Amino acid sequence: MSQAADSGLIHTFFNADIVRQTSPMVMEAVGQTIAIGVLVIVAGILLGTALATWRFHTQSRVLRALIVGYVDVLRAMPPLVILILVYFALPYVNISIGSVLATFLCLSVILSAFIEECVWSGIMTLPKGQMEAARSTGMSWWQSMRHVILPQALRLSLPQITNRCIAAIKNTALGSVIGFAEILGSAQAASSDYANPTPLTLCAILYIGLIYPLVLASRYLEHRAGIR
Amino acid sequence: MQEILDTFFNPAVAVQVLPMLLSGLWMTVKLAALIIPLGLLGGLALALAHTQTRSRKVRIAINLYVDFFRSFPQLVLVIFVSFATPFIGIELSPVVALAISFMLSTSAYYCEILRAGITAIPAGQTEAARSTGMSATQTLRHVVLPQAFRNVLPDLLGNSIEIFKGTSLASVLGMSELLYSAQSAQSVLFNPTPLVLAAAIYLALLWPAVRFISALESSRRAQGG
Repeated sequence: MSQAADSGLIHTFFNADIVRQTSPMVMEAVGQTIAIGVLVIVAGILLGTALATWRFHTQSRVLRALIVGYVDVLRAMPPLVILILVYFALPYVNISIGSVLATFLCLSVILSAFIEECVWSGIMTLPKGQMEAARSTGMSWWQSMRHVILPQALRLSLPQITNRCIAAIKNTALGSVIGFAEILGSAQAASSDYANPTPLTLCAILYIGLIYPLVLASRYLEHRAGIR
Repeated sequence: MQEILDTFFNPAVAVQVLPMLLSGLWMTVKLAALIIPLGLLGGLALALAHTQTRSRKVRIAINLYVDFFRSFPQLVLVIFVSFATPFIGIELSPVVALAISFMLSTSAYYCEILRAGITAIPAGQTEAARSTGMSATQTLRHVVLPQAFRNVLPDLLGNSIEIFKGTSLASVLGMSELLYSAQSAQSVLFNPTPLVLAAAIYLALLWPAVRFISALESSRRAQGG
């Protein structure tokens, strides 16, 4: 009985024939997910670091409040709500963007808000004397920022930054809701075509394969930060 | 300008859909009130098991569980639990499917946070408490856990906000929470005002929480902790 049930389960959830037939489609989606994930991380880190630097540089209280407001708004709204708002509301004013572009834009902007927060907290943790010492050696403000402050701030917040990047990659799955054929979207399509959950199992395995190494890396970084 | 206002901030549409969105919000709040305590209890149980056991195997098993579920996008887990289980003859209602999938992953996150909090309490505290005659359970309850909870409060709150935001995934299962109600109103009325309004409701609810965490973190930074 139990053996029959086991082979029944495998036949249902990991059917070799269906794996063969659907894996080309799902594997193509892996490329899409990785490409969008990398682009989102690069854009989010650049924008977030730029915003934190700007917040540190500016003397204007208004500008600082605007940056904090931007960060807070994006942290307070669910990513799926932002994605649906951008994708379904903009066409009413004749701006329509594709699901891939919408996913990229929304996730980058959301990630930039979280990165700003991490980098800012890194900058704030550094003693004030760091900037003063760097300036007194004759470096300009920007040089001090680039060679002294930012490298240390980024290193201090590396574990949090890694976690936010992992969250951003996981959020690419939300693209499936607006029709982006990334891993989850194509697996759902394949699963309903074949009336079998095997593509979903494959999808779960692929995500674990992609993200588990990153989770281990973040654990290592946290451990190292804890020792220092 | 007027056209943009009429499209995105149409007062007539807003008034018409507000009752529907508020009942969606009620559903969102109920979901969060179900899911957050479940995840917190699961995470606490895992964190206690991890820190109190002497068995390496148990610790490795918990680490594997935590990392496994941290590697899953929440939506993938939700879809898998609700769309794959019917194939083995188990029909889960959307609420149950959502609760199970959230419990699996949020308990992993809460476990990480609470474990960090518990291990940060110096062993001398436990030894001192035990030497006063308290039992191991009393020591945990009156000495270790209260301090651990207080130390990781910003992370606990941050994670709870993420879960509250995550309830919007229930819309994918067709549960009429806030996002789903807004989407259906938008498609019936051919106007995006309900979506803007839903976003504004999330913002109004969660902004104070986000601000509170930022303030908490920067005051702790100022104290050097």
